[in-house]
Amino acid sequence: MTWAEMQPLLTQAVWDTLYMVGLATLVSVAGGLPLGILLVLTDRGGLLRNAFVNKVVGAVVNVGRSLPFLILMVALIPFTRLVVGTTIGAEAAVVPLAVGAVPFFARLVETAVREVDHGLVEAVQAMGGSTWTVVRKALLPESLPSVVSGLTTTVVTLVGYSAMAGAIGAGGLGDLAIRYGYQRFETGLMLVTVAVLIVLVTLIQLAGDLAARSLSHRGRSESAAPRLRLLRAPARAEAEPAKAS
Amino acid sequence: MITTTGLKKVYRSRGREVVALDGVDLHVREGEVYGVVGRSGAGKSTLIRCVNLLERPTSGTVTVAGQDLTALAGGSRRAGAELRAARSRIGMVFQHFNLLSSRTVQDNVELPLEILGLSGAARSRKALDLLDLVGLADRARAYPAQLSGGQKQRVGIARALAGDPKVLLSDEATSALDPETTRSVLQLLRDLNRQLGLTVLLITHEMEVVKQICDSAALMKGGRIVESGTVPELLAAPGGELARELFPVGGVPSGPGGTVIDVTFHDDSTGQPVISQLARTYNIDVSILGAAVETVGGRRVGRMRVELPGTFEENVVPVGFLREQGLQVEVAPAGAAQAATPEENSK
Repeated sequence: MTWAEMQPLLTQAVWDTLYMVGLATLVSVAGGLPLGILLVLTDRGGLLRNAFVNKVVGAVVNVGRSLPFLILMVALIPFTRLVVGTTIGAEAAVVPLAVGAVPFFARLVETAVREVDHGLVEAVQAMGGSTWTVVRKALLPESLPSVVSGLTTTVVTLVGYSAMAGAIGAGGLGDLAIRYGYQRFETGLMLVTVAVLIVLVTLIQLAGDLAARSLSHRGRSESAAPRLRLLRAPARAEAEPAKAS
Repeated sequence: MITTTGLKKVYRSRGREVVALDGVDLHVREGEVYGVVGRSGAGKSTLIRCVNLLERPTSGTVTVAGQDLTALAGGSRRAGAELRAARSRIGMVFQHFNLLSSRTVQDNVELPLEILGLSGAARSRKALDLLDLVGLADRARAYPAQLSGGQKQRVGIARALAGDPKVLLSDEATSALDPETTRSVLQLLRDLNRQLGLTVLLITHEMEVVKQICDSAALMKGGRIVESGTVPELLAAPGGELARELFPVGGVPSGPGGTVIDVTFHDDSTGQPVISQLARTYNIDVSILGAAVETVGGRRVGRMRVELPGTFEENVVPVGFLREQGLQVEVAPAGAAQAATPEENSK
């Protein structure tokens, strides 16, 4: 197989993968973020303490997390047909991808939001803020760097899942690797696919790390990330904490 | 300004009951700085959290600026609109500052104004004014992580003042700061109390805080207030625990046969050579067992424990002389000298 033959296949596969992962990511954020916050708020000692809601949401999330993705994908086939009308192609793959990623991301959001100092919640309450204000002004902005890190992990996981989805006819890089690399012994294409996946995942991770760091204004993140100095205005990097007032 | 009556708070967990507040009656007058002192676990923190109902009291009432907050809260666990409006008029500063690390100093001060629904321009004007008031106008664009502890607490104070409160609650505001920074933050609170007529309720475990800025103080133990009053009143009650803690004077009598007396002198009499006058006039040997002069609540107060030879009956005349000089004289009760041993005083 020559590069000229590979190139259109690869381009199509990369687009399919990006499409599947992108759409599934949007759904995971839309679903996982509120679920994760709800898990924290309804937990014991939370602002909306509600054992019933907490148990139910927790159970749903756990069920979603405990199924291996391959099984989830197959089990969801009737549901997928109901939602998108087909079970083949990138569009159809978005459904199991999103269903798999929502609980995953919800748990990561839960952990991130739980990390927020309870003192901040109290401070906003003492100012007269409602529960919604606490979520919007304190919990979300303060946990944002961790949430972004969690999202990065979710996207990378989704890239992996999307390759599995390729196995049942979703298209994308996984599909390419199986049909050409595995079934037709096209080692060249296989290697290129692997390289593309590595580059893709590395780029996602890098972008996620950069975003998380630039959102974090906690203490010494500057010195912990020397390469970020290059991207920052020098004035900021020099702004050392002043001595006692 | 702040009144609590019969405030009780009982925590229940796994069948065990912990009584954090056991019927607290607190009365803070308008415009004063009121300090509640006590060791950890005495219930101070619960008390201050009950004042703005961050913690719901099990029973009892809380009235702030004539408004019964416990009635506003009703039975529901979540804060309704009325209680939230009342809270926005009570400022609060915290031991660990509780600033949002994701926001700049200015945006932190603007947060309560956002909650109050002010427009962007009005918010930023007010926030800058407040930062100016606490002496941090030049750090408006910095993030909390770039500030020192004292600066963070100043931001916390500016934020607490954003809603133009009449009452400021301070939850161990200086306990995480070094002594020098503590003094400057306390001075700021004192200035705000004077300039804005702000009523300040603060809790602390540091006697220094009471000495420096409080008009009145209360001592908490085991969920109850065991002593309270204005600082001069407390000092004038020599048997009181707060007076002893505020102003520890120790000293063990040299032996039996002497009379130990505690002498307290205020303001002008601190400059008088009363002891040498006493010794000369009555020709007696006075031994000074312990003495200290300090500034408490802006007034110079001195305390001295002296031993006069002979029994109390033999010393009625010299004691009368001291009283004539405008000093407060108490005969130390037996065992009082032992009660004020150095390790007790150091806390």
